[in-house]
Amino acid sequence: MTTSAAVVSRAEYCVIACAEAWRDNGEVLASPMGLIPSVGARLAKRTFSPELMLTDGEAMLVGLDGSPEGWLPYRQHLAMVTGGDRHVMMGASQLDRFGNQNISCIGDWSRPDRQLLGVRGAPVNTVNNPVSYWVPKHSRRVFVEKVDMISGVGYDSAAAAGPSATRYHRLPRVVTNLAVLDFATPDHSMRLASVHPGVTVEEVREATGFALALPDGGEVPFTREPTAAELRLIREVIDPKGTREREVRPV
Amino acid sequence: MSPDEVVTRLRSGMTIGIGGWGSRRKPMALVRALLRSDVTDLTVVSYGGPDVGMLAAAGRIRRLIAAFVTLDSIPLEPHFRAAREQGTFELTEVDEAMFMWGLHAAANRLPFLPVRAGIGSDVMRVNPDLRTVTSPYEDGETFVAMPALRLDAALVHVNRADRAGNGQYLGPDPYFDDLFCEAADAAYVSCERIVDPADGFGKDVVPQSLLVKRHAVTGVVEAPNGAHFTSCAPDHDRDEAFQKLYATTPWPDFAARFLPRDGDEEQYWSAVQAWHEEQK
Repeated sequence: MTTSAAVVSRAEYCVIACAEAWRDNGEVLASPMGLIPSVGARLAKRTFSPELMLTDGEAMLVGLDGSPEGWLPYRQHLAMVTGGDRHVMMGASQLDRFGNQNISCIGDWSRPDRQLLGVRGAPVNTVNNPVSYWVPKHSRRVFVEKVDMISGVGYDSAAAAGPSATRYHRLPRVVTNLAVLDFATPDHSMRLASVHPGVTVEEVREATGFALALPDGGEVPFTREPTAAELRLIREVIDPKGTREREVRPV
Repeated sequence: MSPDEVVTRLRSGMTIGIGGWGSRRKPMALVRALLRSDVTDLTVVSYGGPDVGMLAAAGRIRRLIAAFVTLDSIPLEPHFRAAREQGTFELTEVDEAMFMWGLHAAANRLPFLPVRAGIGSDVMRVNPDLRTVTSPYEDGETFVAMPALRLDAALVHVNRADRAGNGQYLGPDPYFDDLFCEAADAAYVSCERIVDPADGFGKDVVPQSLLVKRHAVTGVVEAPNGAHFTSCAPDHDRDEAFQKLYATTPWPDFAARFLPRDGDEEQYWSAVQAWHEEQK
């Protein structure tokens, strides 16, 4: 098997991009929301971040084979959030230029057009431990100029709220079906860090409801290739049924 | 006590905390009894699931205090959504951790607890009554002062209980049920089975499974399948088929068939079984 772009699927680039979020994180809980982030977290733990902790999505900490190695009920989970030993990759119904995220409702909060989940734990997560985002369908509906209800705190909102909000605030990356975005700009506005092979910069700009910053020099690199060993792990060990291809369709 | 006896102790206008989480170990038998009563105008405090959806659909909620409402396997609770989109109740939307600290404050008889959550988010915008507090120590940090969520009554469901009000959970997660009981002036615990007084919880009891203490409990109800259709591991899983029915049936139709005003738990359970028979 080669690792050329011709045979690596878009979903697999997304897995690699998600896995990279947990590189060098040390002994923290990886909390992936969504299928591809979950494959990514397990890939990271199997390869370059073996110290990561994983959960079964319920009350157990589990090893790679799914067997329990610890107990983490909701209230202890919340303590781990505030203790900072966690790097969550959350979803987002809306996400703006400074990383404010909305999962609560669409439209005016007092009488929403569409009620969604509610803010859940997004406020506590974002000011206490690193939070990345996963967006399986990159579009102007998600990437908006201004979110309707700030659930997860973005860089501008944290700065406005003061040192207690910025002290532990960090949004490492946003992974989508098209690209990897980060906030590595002087004003922490969203930057196009890489595009997945097969995607153009124009395509990403077109699908984003605000102007994206570009890397210094203006050249946008491609998301890195998986190694042969990583591809084998994804395809044969972690996700042999290919569920990842249903979350992000092959192109 | 019976579920209906519990409800005779509840009054319109009360603040009621409901245990469980999403569509897991919800005290549904007690919620069903509430739905058969005339109690209304409630402030409901819940990590919300179908308890919130049903009470909202039936127009019993004046204010909801919550961080989310979900059916887990069905991410968005349709009746809660409809009620929000029609503006039929007021909402105090807080973060999950703020909610937990609100219960802790109430359980510890404190007016508030400081929490690093909410600041910077629109939780502060939509709750203009929320205040911040500055640390009196050298750090000088500013936190949200999460007000106590003191409850007039708490309703929770556990796997086993004794008649004195000690409650045992056998599933993987205690959720926040003991905190709900401690934060309440009166707490009512329904259980899958009341343990025999002679045996108690048994000689091989795992002590940390004894979640709810009798000093914090006012009444105990034996309600087999009392969490239905939410999960109550390991006694029963979520009834996914029935949950789907609930989520896709107009509320008046669902209520007419499964929750008639003159019904009771027995009637509910036979209606559920009859429905399952029809699906075969």
